[in-house]
Amino acid sequence: MKFLARITAVTLKEFRQLSRDRLTFGMVVMIPLIQLLLFGYAINNNIRNISVGVVDDAQSFASRSIIDAVRATQVVNILDQYTSVQEAEQAITAGKVRAVLVIPRDLEQRAANSESKQALGQWLIDGSDNIVASALLGLRNMPLQELRRNFTNPVQTSTPTFESVLYFNPERRTPVNIVPGLLAVILTMTMILFTATAIVREKERGNIELLITTPLSSLELMLGKIIPFILIGLVQMTIILTLGHVVFDVPINGAPQQIVGATLLFISASLTLGLIISTIATTQLQAMQMTVFVLLPSILLSGFLFPYEGMPQPARYIAEALPATHYVRMIRGVVLRDANLLNMPGDSLYLLSFTVVGLLLATFKFRKSLD
Amino acid sequence: MELAIETHELTRLFGTYVAVDKLSLRIPRGTIYGFLGPNGSGKSTSIRLLTGLLTPNSGTATILGLRLPQQAEALRLRIGYMTQKFSLFGDLTLQENLQFIAQIYGLKRKHALSRIEQLLTLYDLKTRKDLLADSLSGGQKQRLALAAATIHQPELLFLDEPTSAVDPENRREFWEKLFDLSDAGTTILVSTHYMDEAERCHYLAILQNGIKRADDTPQNLMKAINATVVEVSGPNLRDLKQRLLQLPGVNSVAQQGAQLRVLVSNSIGDAIQWLQAQSNLLDASHQLALIRPSLEDVFVTVTHQGDNAASKPGA
Repeated sequence: MKFLARITAVTLKEFRQLSRDRLTFGMVVMIPLIQLLLFGYAINNNIRNISVGVVDDAQSFASRSIIDAVRATQVVNILDQYTSVQEAEQAITAGKVRAVLVIPRDLEQRAANSESKQALGQWLIDGSDNIVASALLGLRNMPLQELRRNFTNPVQTSTPTFESVLYFNPERRTPVNIVPGLLAVILTMTMILFTATAIVREKERGNIELLITTPLSSLELMLGKIIPFILIGLVQMTIILTLGHVVFDVPINGAPQQIVGATLLFISASLTLGLIISTIATTQLQAMQMTVFVLLPSILLSGFLFPYEGMPQPARYIAEALPATHYVRMIRGVVLRDANLLNMPGDSLYLLSFTVVGLLLATFKFRKSLD
Repeated sequence: MELAIETHELTRLFGTYVAVDKLSLRIPRGTIYGFLGPNGSGKSTSIRLLTGLLTPNSGTATILGLRLPQQAEALRLRIGYMTQKFSLFGDLTLQENLQFIAQIYGLKRKHALSRIEQLLTLYDLKTRKDLLADSLSGGQKQRLALAAATIHQPELLFLDEPTSAVDPENRREFWEKLFDLSDAGTTILVSTHYMDEAERCHYLAILQNGIKRADDTPQNLMKAINATVVEVSGPNLRDLKQRLLQLPGVNSVAQQGAQLRVLVSNSIGDAIQWLQAQSNLLDASHQLALIRPSLEDVFVTVTHQGDNAASKPGA
């Protein structure tokens, strides 16, 4: 029975120690809770309200009724009307809309002639997110019999209602979709973890005790710690994109300076988040757990695996707060659609302000911890 | 006499807990000044106040002519600080550690290299300069930390329990280095709870519960002790000790091998006569002798008086 008594002693001790580490204890509860909520509630492949635009060249009663019918599916949310296809394509490149419905001038003739097998319109679809693209492709065969019936006999052919053109990833290959997003996830993980543990390690070993007695200021220390990781982040970016391009044939359409620019913004924001974690965590284990806490929603809510369009409103608020969401948008835009950062000012600006505010917060919190 | 440190009623609270209570100091330049006190007596907090790392709740401090906390940044370049725990980087070599510190203090590269060379020689670490700091012994780590704290030739050096992790042999060597620094004009403030270490200081402040109970040279403190030390030898010392402690005139009793060291308050008069008069305690088999007070006796007496003062409100 001494065997059992000793095991009990060790078990009891472990529980006592665990209950003292309140952060770890909290994570025991929070991680499954958050995971379950994210997977069960926020993740939804049944997508609704995809932002789209319309180019209505017909400007007729018929075209308006088609637009109403499309709107009534609730799959899309018609944000904007464009006057030309060029303007519409620019909106897709900039990521303002995921697709544009183009209704031709000769709509009436097409609708009237059921034998012509001509579609009533064309969807221009941003193929950089496969799930969103699939949902839009589902609209190709939406029934518009009523409309056709208005013009002609009810005998229908198998003519699709709409044609579709898939931009940027016409073959709908998964790596094209995954590789740029993966960049966001890998950078989130390594950048946050590296900075957080690098600083917490110095706390654990007592090096901070020494550093605070020197003329080194908190800001100097923070910036000095960040710079090596910026370089590491850029190395990771190069590896992922080169490998993605060479092995998986992912097109790199954007200019290098745009890719580096977007990535630098994201690396800075992630490092800042790592710094903030480092001012809260007291052990490396805690820093690691907090990183997981940020990493999980970054994988699930950033649009990397599941489209933003499928999320309910509360999940979207969380997604908008995460730097990864903005970076997934930016990097897909730049790499696949040859967008530039000025096309996506909101995302760039968010990452920039996140970095500045976070850096000030971390510096302030670090200084306060001395007093 | 020019003062390196001058403070007036420096006070620091942590919540409602008074860590340092109205600390007034006048420390002349070029001296080695000791803070002697038990753990939790406010030694480390006092040092942190004097280096500008902590801001006081009240009171003033002028260090090397600079006002704290306003001029704390300027002060940082002129002081050195050696932390209680070894806090250099274990995964850097000695050379790399010292180079890092030299850069932080803004030493020019050429000057830094010759200074590091000089320090490695001075502290007998030259043969180990390419080893990782983690692989050093306790005494070597201590010397490396001292080298790092003095790399920019500070006028004032703070040492927070510098030798708590080293053996007596290394401690003596370490103090030789401190005397060399002091001789060259550096003011040194050292905190300790070792009596032998405290005894080496030019001046000494005894701290207890954040309050300075006494300060003077160790010799003066021992002369001015308000108690007589009687050494008692004989049978049943454990039992005798308990009963002596019951007497109101006895400040403390400590056993040292086969003797009891009894501190008798000077208000009693002749301590030996008085002790022998306690007929129910001592018999002919006990020998009594007056001995010279040690620093430990001073410490015990002073803190004993402090305890009494604390237990009598308004005293």
